Amino acid sequence: MIKDLFTATVIIGIISSGIRLATPYLYAAIGEMFGQRSGVLNLGVEGQMLLGAFVAYFVVLRTESLLLAILAAIGVGALMGLAMGFVTIQLQATQGIAGIGFYLFGMGMSNLLFQKLIGVVENIDGFSAIKIPLLGDIPVIGEIFFRQNLLVYLAFLLVPLAWFVLNKTTLGLKIRAVGENPEAADSLGVNVALVRYFTVTLGGILSSIAGASLSVALLNVFQQNMTAGQGFIAVALVYFGSWRPFGILAGALLFSMVNALQLWIQVLGIPIPSELAVMLPYILTILVLTLSLTKGKGPSALTKAFEREG
Amino acid sequence: MEIRADQTNKTPFTSLQMRNVCKRFPGVLANCEVDFDVVSGEVHALLGENGAGKSTLMKVLYGMYKLDDGEIILNGQPVTIQNPTVAINHGIGMIHQHFMLVPTLTVAENVALGLPSSKGPLTDLDVVSERIVQLASTYNLKIDPSALIWQLSVGQQQRVEIIKALYRGASLLLLDEPTAVLTPQEVDELFLIMRQMTSDGYGLGFISHKLHEVVEISDRITVLRNGRKIGTQLTSAVTKQTLANWMVGREITFITSNDKMDQGEVRIDMQAVSCPSQRGTEGLRHIDLQIHSGEIVGLAGVSGNGQLELAEVVTGLRPIKEGRVLLDGEDITGLIPGQVTEKGLSYVPEERMKDGMIRDFNISENLILREHHKWPFSKKGFLRIPYINEHTDKLVEQFRIKTPSRMTLAKNLSGGNIQKVLLARELSRSPRAIVAAQPTRGLDIGASEYVHEQLLEQRKLGTAILLISEDLDEIMALADRIAVIYEGQIMDVLPRLTATKEDLGLLMAGVHPGETIQN
Ligand SMILES: Nc1ncnc2c1ncn2[C@@H]1O[C@H](COP(=O)(O)OP(=O)(O)O)[C@@H](O)[C@H]1O
Ligand SMILES: [Mg+2]
Repeated sequence: MIKDLFTATVIIGIISSGIRLATPYLYAAIGEMFGQRSGVLNLGVEGQMLLGAFVAYFVVLRTESLLLAILAAIGVGALMGLAMGFVTIQLQATQGIAGIGFYLFGMGMSNLLFQKLIGVVENIDGFSAIKIPLLGDIPVIGEIFFRQNLLVYLAFLLVPLAWFVLNKTTLGLKIRAVGENPEAADSLGVNVALVRYFTVTLGGILSSIAGASLSVALLNVFQQNMTAGQGFIAVALVYFGSWRPFGILAGALLFSMVNALQLWIQVLGIPIPSELAVMLPYILTILVLTLSLTKGKGPSALTKAFEREG
Repeated sequence: MEIRADQTNKTPFTSLQMRNVCKRFPGVLANCEVDFDVVSGEVHALLGENGAGKSTLMKVLYGMYKLDDGEIILNGQPVTIQNPTVAINHGIGMIHQHFMLVPTLTVAENVALGLPSSKGPLTDLDVVSERIVQLASTYNLKIDPSALIWQLSVGQQQRVEIIKALYRGASLLLLDEPTAVLTPQEVDELFLIMRQMTSDGYGLGFISHKLHEVVEISDRITVLRNGRKIGTQLTSAVTKQTLANWMVGREITFITSNDKMDQGEVRIDMQAVSCPSQRGTEGLRHIDLQIHSGEIVGLAGVSGNGQLELAEVVTGLRPIKEGRVLLDGEDITGLIPGQVTEKGLSYVPEERMKDGMIRDFNISENLILREHHKWPFSKKGFLRIPYINEHTDKLVEQFRIKTPSRMTLAKNLSGGNIQKVLLARELSRSPRAIVAAQPTRGLDIGASEYVHEQLLEQRKLGTAILLISEDLDEIMALADRIAVIYEGQIMDVLPRLTATKEDLGLLMAGVHPGETIQN
């Protein structure tokens, strides 16, 4: 039975769905990375994802417009990000605790809205695969990489884009400076609070899109608590990827491949207890984090509020 | 608001006046009716003890603190400086006491930070780098724009700070204790740069609490004490003694340990000690150092060259990789701090609030931290409160600790009194040896004097003392022999009577005097 895993179709299947499953990790973790590089730890990613997932799903259900769905997710994500910013930057609440609050809020709110507004699980028509002309016809490669949906392509484009913004723009320079030494940035006229509001809001938007990618592109359905810890794994991926976009890409792919593998194990009916298979990604999270703890430290000002004295 | 990088459209600096400046913090009047002025082409020094309000005055000028009262007049025009951006746009630059650099970024990135770029949203580090090299060559500074800040020495980092200010078109530069972190040679180099800047028409405000430096570099001197201006004088018209009296508010004598002591046996004996540092790299390398009974050995060096590691190795706080430490011939290598304490070693740590005391404990409790579990402080696990109170009162009196009561929490004491509590605890137990790390850092002259007297007193009693200090003057005043540490190695040990500041400075920079310096 195990050998069923090693046929060409299955391997292509695993890699192709692995790429697809990496999508929510990429959006959420890249967003979280921006926040952390500027010194804000957002543990509310999971909650932001759940709300984004619900809102996008709801809009598709009512309007059948995918564009409106994504715009709505962006709006909700921005609001959640701004709220997180207000609490941690303006009111200077402890970031970790505030994040847990936003997680619980997002989870509760999405549940409540789902029960009040919809109630029964209904499938929708979400983003469908787009075959890229020519590239999509290449055997194996085409199937794996170039017959995915729009949100998958955008997620992978986000990685080099994030790298570019962080390393080649004045905004990126400000973000890095604010996360390492906000006093120094402030003394040079950089508006520390503004930079942090920006990254936290961006993080909210990307987390929300991450949730939407689950509900209107990958699964085309909304279920209560459907993110199942992916938001927390996204936070872990930022550490795993040493706060770098391409490191995060590597981590996201590792996790999603393991996830895909475990799904295929269940599909093929390979006699490994399914509970064990489902646990794989989480066990991996813990292992990877333990091992990566020895690697470089994060931004020096991470979790530290900034206030100019006097 | 944007900072303008271009210096051409800034009006050249002619003069600055601060009049009647007042700045209050909760419970502290940091500046009170202070006048200070700088004209183009001069160094005006601001001299005063720690806490006199020097940094506050400069931070008000730089827009970091809002002034409560008073006015600032720049080039004849009254100005309001709400934040550093406004100050920068007025051509004011500041080199902070604690550098304002981002260690993980490059020199060029640090300089470019916060400035508009010639390439719009993209950074223009190539343009910035070119300009940095230009500016650096004007003042003979060697700076690699692509170097990461954390890889640079403290002296080099300071140059980056200067370049940063010049790049923003500063023509009035405020330097807050710029020499505190430098070797004597680096200080000379800094003074050269400062002289060239004044001859180019810059105005410089120079803060220091070191008399001889101020006298050497400045044209005029203003002395602050307790937030008030005591006086302003031409440097050429004032004596060191006057300045010192102005700073402290009374006659002071300069202490030195001129009396020759008969040295006893070797007390602390470090034999080829090596240990890793905080970062896991090599911290101490084959340290051989002996301290005799009745002797003060000063450990000089630029901070971060292994001083902390050395103190911790002797006191048992840090494991030793190779070598041995003996106390009176007895091997104490590998003992835990409690056991080392039992052997009669006392420690005055550099971070007195963090490593020496418990902030939220009162004086009584802090005084018995080391020996609370022993007779006469406790009996069968119960504290003997009446005895402890008596003990506290005795030490408070003996060590002249100024406190409302023995129940006052450590965190509510002033720096000088905190150090007195610590000394009281460490010295009252009649130690055989003392490791004192930066025992006067942050203290005012009066408290420093007191600490020095206490150390000399211990020396008379035959205690072996390792005095770790970054203040060469302190070491020259107290030590019998001076060891210089550089990158975890003892460069040399010189008798105080023959040591010169120049030689010590070279050693601190890792050069043996007489060796040719190669670049
Ligand atoms: N941000 C602040 N908040 C409260 N008190 C302060 C602050 N900065 C300085 N002080 C107090 O103001 C006084 C002057 O400090 P400072 O200007 O730093 O002195 P100096 O630079 O001369 O050593 C000190 O008593 C100090 O404790
Ligand atoms: Mg100061």
